[in-house]
Amino acid sequence: MGWPPPVLDPAGPYAAGITALAWALAVMALLVTLFVVFTIGVALLGSPAARKWWGGERLIWLGGVAAPAGVLTALLVWSLSLTADLTHASRGDEQVIRVTGEMWWWRVAYLDGEGTEFLHDANEIHIAAGRPVLLELTSSDVIHSFWVPRLGGKADMIPGRTNYLRLIADQPGVYKGQCAEYCGGPHALMGLVVVAHPPGELDALLEARTRPPPRPVSEEARFGAQVFDRSGCGACHTVRGTSARGLAGPDLTWVGARRTLGAGILPNNRGTLAGWVANSQDIKPQNRMPPYAQLSGRELRAISAYLETLE
Amino acid sequence: MRARFSFTRQVPLLGLLFLAGCKPVDADPHPMPGADAGRGRAIVQATGCASCHVIPGISWPKGRVGPSLEGFAGRALLPGGHVNSPENLTGFVKDAPAYAPDGGMPPIPLSEAEARDVAAFLYTLEPG
Repeated sequence: MGWPPPVLDPAGPYAAGITALAWALAVMALLVTLFVVFTIGVALLGSPAARKWWGGERLIWLGGVAAPAGVLTALLVWSLSLTADLTHASRGDEQVIRVTGEMWWWRVAYLDGEGTEFLHDANEIHIAAGRPVLLELTSSDVIHSFWVPRLGGKADMIPGRTNYLRLIADQPGVYKGQCAEYCGGPHALMGLVVVAHPPGELDALLEARTRPPPRPVSEEARFGAQVFDRSGCGACHTVRGTSARGLAGPDLTWVGARRTLGAGILPNNRGTLAGWVANSQDIKPQNRMPPYAQLSGRELRAISAYLETLE
Repeated sequence: MRARFSFTRQVPLLGLLFLAGCKPVDADPHPMPGADAGRGRAIVQATGCASCHVIPGISWPKGRVGPSLEGFAGRALLPGGHVNSPENLTGFVKDAPAYAPDGGMPPIPLSEAEARDVAAFLYTLEPG
């Protein structure tokens, strides 16, 4: 399913820089370790001449002061050049998306040119391949961290503060992510999906999603909409075009089109939809949605049929 | 005259021949030629069946919406009172409401071949 996501497999320029740094640091650490082990070996087992040469003051100045100063300075310059751009505020040409960390899901809002939120969604972020994306990151409760390793580095989502993170996906595809700052409870089950579309497709998709989904057609789905309504789901969830306007939980207007459920942790099909609604606590313990054990088998299947039509 | 046929010796020996007609104890009670239980396990994992069922070999999730599938191979009946046969199980996995109209399990998007693989995997879940 691609989750947890691979960490050293960059698919964009920001991630590529971080991966290069990671490998460089790892190799450097290995070389330094080998050198230190070698000198310990000389100190313990070497001939007096060798010990005198290796233990002399010149080597300590060279190997202990000059070399580290040089290498670390070079590393600092290199890493700053790779990462300074990552958190820069908007330059005007990016797609801007506001992502708010929640316990334990992601509230997504797409911003237009004037900075107004024109579309709300959850847990899945749609971008255009090859185009820079600026994420405005914040949190509504505790500190979370946005991390899609193939596209960029981690950025903390801090309540009361907006952090910026740039991403670019070189190729269209699906990129999985993970919350990277312990946020209590099922933090390890707080995954994320970023979908990069071929150029030209994204605007039409987002525009279509600002309109409410079509009404359910099949008898089972219509029954499911009734069960959804009378079970009070609208108190926490929004389905645009219906009376469901809750904001406490993820927006479900397009849940049928999402590639995953539960924030990146389950595939999305009729079965998992039913399983999540019936008892999400067994899947993601302590998440904020209660079990719905009072639904009969037919009602459960009907709700899953209805949710599947929201696409 | 010397006896050629001895009841006490040859009948038991002849009787042993009849045992060759017995089915061996470890014969497969649910033969599914061409189905791959290993692929079935991968499909079960990728489809998220464990969101409703406890499935041996899958550590997360351990859903309790539907019955646990531990020991499934030993179960005689499927929901709705159907015989637990390869044909019924394959059909059930794809379209449970056709077999159990009041059940909670919805139709699952699987091809015929995938459903057969899943059934083959379920038949590897031995009791005990």
